[in-house]
Amino acid sequence: MTPLAAILMRDIRIAMRVGGGALIGVLFFLVVVTLTPFALGPDLALLKRIGPAILWLAALLASLLALDRLFAADHEDGSLDLILTGRAQLELVVAVKGLAHWLTTGLPLIIAAPLIGLLLNLDARAEAALVLTFLVGTPALTFIGLIGAALAVTLRRGGLLLAVLVLPLTVPVLIFGVAAANAAVLGPLPFGTPFTILCALTLASLVVGPFAAAAALRQEME
Amino acid sequence: MMRLSASDLACRRGGREVFAGVGFSVTAGEALVISGRNGSGKSSLLRMVVGLLRVAAGRIALQGGDPQLTVGEQAHYLGHQDALKPSLSVGENLRFWTGFLAGAAPDIAAPLAAVGLDSLTDLPAAYLSAGQRRRLSIARLIAVKRPIWLLDEPASTLDAAGQARLGELMRSHLGGGGLILAAAHGAIGLDGASALRLGSEP
Repeated sequence: MTPLAAILMRDIRIAMRVGGGALIGVLFFLVVVTLTPFALGPDLALLKRIGPAILWLAALLASLLALDRLFAADHEDGSLDLILTGRAQLELVVAVKGLAHWLTTGLPLIIAAPLIGLLLNLDARAEAALVLTFLVGTPALTFIGLIGAALAVTLRRGGLLLAVLVLPLTVPVLIFGVAAANAAVLGPLPFGTPFTILCALTLASLVVGPFAAAAALRQEME
Repeated sequence: MMRLSASDLACRRGGREVFAGVGFSVTAGEALVISGRNGSGKSSLLRMVVGLLRVAAGRIALQGGDPQLTVGEQAHYLGHQDALKPSLSVGENLRFWTGFLAGAAPDIAAPLAAVGLDSLTDLPAAYLSAGQRRRLSIARLIAVKRPIWLLDEPASTLDAAGQARLGELMRSHLGGGGLILAAAHGAIGLDGASALRLGSEP
């Protein structure tokens, strides 16, 4: 088992055990989306119109929720010391932790989204578009969040700093994700235009996220 | 012949100078015991050697090791914390560290038996006592072979039997050509080790 595979399996295993945090994101997502129709009232047209936006917002906040402990737990029990001084490349370790986070948080969201979309009166076409944007956009949320999670460890502040740092960086992902989901249903933009920009944002975050997070963690070494 | 040496080391934590002008030299098969009162910088010195703390002044040099790797990458660091995940079992924790540090999946039964934890392989680490957690960390040192051991108060939570076992493991490591830097308040079973005292006499 290579070092990176060891980290991946460990993080997935921990997340899936009780209290591991794999389902916290999905549960939060479900709660937000389930409460929205109650808050807005039975205006079906309105729900259909803002459905994608609500789902994207909930997914963003749900991803953020599970990011808090990503590096903090390792820092607190001393694992981070051994990872920082280990032979595995830190950027790759960070990327693999991001992958494990997405598999245990993002992937359940993608699976839950079409089921929950029914609560918001989305039709099949809107749901398909939404799932595609989630598939492409949730990795971006995770990998941008890595930066905030790493900085939160180094600066020894908690989740609030993480939110303040990460949310502005995730706004473009939110904008283009919702735009793509809406474009599929309402037009006039073709679905492809905002969707390809969303893909570009994700690809950029897959590279920038691990490098920035690794640099932040190295600052930990005072 | 491996030699770990340092000269003129200084350490600053939180704007305060913890120690200055510290030097040592340890060759293969030798051990150095670092002592000093609380706050004199024993843990900081070890963290500097392993690479987790910036060297404020002075230098650390390793001869005879792998020139492509840093000191930390050729060392085992046993800090105050045990680097264990409470939701994973004893065996899973050790298997993870051997996989991460060695890149392979070596046998974990033998190291666990050497520290006396083989009967607890499937117990979640959350249920271990402090001494058992420390023994599991020591198992990591045996499971993956590294020439340098940097130990921060390794015997602190161990009972008498555990301390005796640790002494045996350290002696066999030294016998195999390894070197040990250990921070300790009292004797840890390494007779004939050189001593480094940090801080002024009380």
